[in-house]
Amino acid sequence: MKLLVAVKRVVDHNIKVHIKPDGSDVELAGARMSINPFDENAVEAAMRLKESGVATEVVAVTVGPAAAQDVLRHALAMGADRAILLESSKAVQPLGVARLLKALVEREQPGLVLLGKQSIDDDTCQTGQMLAALLDYGQGTFISALEIENGEAVVTREIEGGTEKIAVTLPAVLTADLRLNEPRYVKLPNLMMAKKKPIQTISASEFGIDVSPRLALVKVADPPARRACVMVDNVQELVEKLRSEAGVLP
Amino acid sequence: MSVLILAEHENQKLKPSVAQLISAAQCWNQTVHVLLVGNDLAAAAQGAAAITGVASVMRVEAPHLQHPLAEDVANIIAGMGREYSVILAAHSAFGRNVLPRAAALLDVEMVGNVVEIQAPATYVRPIYVGNVFATVRSNDPIQVVTLRASRFDAADTGNNAEIVNLTAPPASAKTRWLSEMRNPSDRPELGSASVVVSGGRSLGSAENFESVLAPLADKLHGVLGATRSAVDAGFAPNDIQIGQTGTVVAPELYIAVGISGAVQHTAGMQDSKIVVAINHDPDAAIFQMADYGLVADLFEAVPALTAALP
Repeated sequence: MKLLVAVKRVVDHNIKVHIKPDGSDVELAGARMSINPFDENAVEAAMRLKESGVATEVVAVTVGPAAAQDVLRHALAMGADRAILLESSKAVQPLGVARLLKALVEREQPGLVLLGKQSIDDDTCQTGQMLAALLDYGQGTFISALEIENGEAVVTREIEGGTEKIAVTLPAVLTADLRLNEPRYVKLPNLMMAKKKPIQTISASEFGIDVSPRLALVKVADPPARRACVMVDNVQELVEKLRSEAGVLP
Repeated sequence: MSVLILAEHENQKLKPSVAQLISAAQCWNQTVHVLLVGNDLAAAAQGAAAITGVASVMRVEAPHLQHPLAEDVANIIAGMGREYSVILAAHSAFGRNVLPRAAALLDVEMVGNVVEIQAPATYVRPIYVGNVFATVRSNDPIQVVTLRASRFDAADTGNNAEIVNLTAPPASAKTRWLSEMRNPSDRPELGSASVVVSGGRSLGSAENFESVLAPLADKLHGVLGATRSAVDAGFAPNDIQIGQTGTVVAPELYIAVGISGAVQHTAGMQDSKIVVAINHDPDAAIFQMADYGLVADLFEAVPALTAALP
């Protein structure tokens, strides 16, 4: 079985982003970029399926500019066999990404598509679900456990107040939660070897799919500030403030 | 045109988010329909019909919808969605699972985790784990939106809307529901609790969560929460995790105990009405999120606070 893993290049999760002075967007020039953490869990899950003999080939794909090759190299260094860059110089929104991935799935015919449950830049959490809809596949989102049994993906999903277990007929689309696994550390020799693995570049326009954005970014701003913290000296003062000032205690 | 609200329910009861979505929907000045998908929905349908601002409750009932799966619910929404100009759901595990699928079937982009509706197609949503608030405008003919329900006041009750029974389409049969594991708790559900007492890794052990934090939570009739690092350390179960990778809460009172205030965590509690932080480190970032701060050893301050409460 072939696995397709979609990854995204995002601002590194340790970086606090800044807003451009005109408020038009966040400032990404010079920011350190990395593979989206949830996508790294998806790659790790794919590698484990290959190592356990369930999968035969792992193909990593991303949608983005030429620079997005670095996250494909990361996936290759984790063990992916080959990678595909669906190149687009303009930002593509989730529905557009899902449409491009659908076209690639029809070309590559994987038995399973894995993605991270959301990206940590625009926090959208919808590409996997949209891809499953367009392909008319079953979906398993926010998964924290995965097994392939009798042509189904048996997954544990993180929901409010606990978890649920569902079985999704293959081919399927799954999205990874952070709890799915601990991604392997990429060692330098693997990074060197990854440089020899093939990355195929396909222009997003080659598919003839409309990926123009449906949402316009009006502006970005800092989150609304909370009022300043009142420091209290002891528990008695805290109780008194909560009772008389905040009114949250009887 | 009208607004369609995908209602969430559990054990025949509506979730509190439904009344919050109904109040949020009033800004469109259109008739509001509530969609209920499941099995044995009589009580939930009555509950939805009683909420002020609802014109009709659309009830889709079938045995195979006992545990509604994304494939089936999205098909139902897509089948009726073109008659609506707005489709809303809560930004919960359920809403996030279903609504993007429905949006793609309707060929529209979705706007997720909206905290403010500025104009009928202009929304504010947090990005970068809540570090940045983006204002976006949708150009799609149908607005498909998940809302952070806790940001909106609940609508009142006292209504008696019509209940319309709709026939369920056959099961998509791509996915089978197998089981669910709910972590047993006598305390209220985390997402709708009015008081949350939350602990970080400096609690030190699962035993301390129970012996130090739980008495305070119980005295305040609240629930326990935990940071991701406390969950990863094995001090607390994952279903009480609050933050970007856990549950988002907005209680009346949030007490953060031994929590540094990483954005991973604060993304899940920043809408709380009153935040109290207790931490031994006066420079902890959590104090920037708090209304009241106490620099103290939590193992002394928390039992003292519990004892000082009536």
